[in-house]
Amino acid sequence: MSRPEDILPPDLYYNDREASLYTSNSRIKRVQAEMTHRALELLDLRTPSLILDAGCGSGLSSEIISAGGHQVIGLDISASMLDIAVQRDIGSDLFLSDLGQGVPLRAGSLDAAISISAIQWLCNAESSDVSAEGRLRRFFEGLYASLRRGGRAVCQFYPKNDAQRSMISGAAMKAGFGAGILEDDPGTKNSKLYLVLTVGGGGLQGDITGVVNGMSDVDVLDARKSATEKGRVLPSRKGDKAWILRKKEQMTRKGKVVKANSKYTGRKRRPAF
Amino acid sequence: MKLLTANFLTCAVKGCKAAASSYPLHFKDAELELQEIDFQPEFIHNIIPRIDWEGLRVMANELGFPKIPDLKPEGDALNDEQTMRDLHRVLLETHVMEGRLCCGNCGHEYMIKEGIANFLLPSHLV
Repeated sequence: MSRPEDILPPDLYYNDREASLYTSNSRIKRVQAEMTHRALELLDLRTPSLILDAGCGSGLSSEIISAGGHQVIGLDISASMLDIAVQRDIGSDLFLSDLGQGVPLRAGSLDAAISISAIQWLCNAESSDVSAEGRLRRFFEGLYASLRRGGRAVCQFYPKNDAQRSMISGAAMKAGFGAGILEDDPGTKNSKLYLVLTVGGGGLQGDITGVVNGMSDVDVLDARKSATEKGRVLPSRKGDKAWILRKKEQMTRKGKVVKANSKYTGRKRRPAF
Repeated sequence: MKLLTANFLTCAVKGCKAAASSYPLHFKDAELELQEIDFQPEFIHNIIPRIDWEGLRVMANELGFPKIPDLKPEGDALNDEQTMRDLHRVLLETHVMEGRLCCGNCGHEYMIKEGIANFLLPSHLV
């Protein structure tokens, strides 16, 4: 499937036509609403707050946040998208701004930040005087500074590959955030990644995994733990039993017909005679 | 743009980050509009400690409002409904629809059109 990120920069890709298609598409609306509700659940806001919507577009998610009694500041780089947001009259304050140039707010002003399907655009550097790393760094540093102590940010994003995923989460951690990635429906086509970021000094006890305390159906996988235990568990090599079992499980998930496992699975054939 | 948001804005130019005169931004040729929204005392309670009162007074002065108290309402004053309603009116219902925002340090001007401020910078200023 083609990615809009590979075609044009966001300010040109979302022209009047694309922007109105995006806003009127009922599937996009439904998916965006689901993701916004999930992000709000992760932010766990107790009082009406001031929230930044980074990459707000036509305000599909800002609308949902405002409905909860919060005040929203929306940033987006596409003038066409903002034009539609103004026409829809969603009640949030809008700015034409490039996230890769930072966040033009003074320190400690925001309660929380949300970003739905936007920050993967920062991995594109459109001219030779900017780099993807530099743009991500400026965005996360600006965001870190503008959040109050104990503030949280949730960024849903679509990374192109694992390299982009680790580049984005790495940039957030370098800026000072406590970071974790929540994946909904892992391994399926509908899988959604949420980068959950916390600023220290709040009511959150312990590390980032405290964010999902009390949520049902969340498994915590701690990469730090497995990194310290490295060496005890041998990584599986291509062709060994663990690898074959993993591949068979993958194929079963895809709905392919797979032979049942037995004690002979993955065993070497000896020459018969 | 609400005055609440304007109170949190700083100049986006890299060289202005450390300069004290880059905050608050100054309004020029501003056109105001009143848009009524629901009164929410909880929100005001939450946001008032983070409002820069001096910045708000400077902005209100530039926009030609007469009565902004010298000191930020604190403590018991926040339980007074009339004070809260006044704050609500100034911070959330007053919108700047057209005009310019000007940085006191570098002099960069941000255009405001239909309530949307343009904070895109040319690459040499980033």
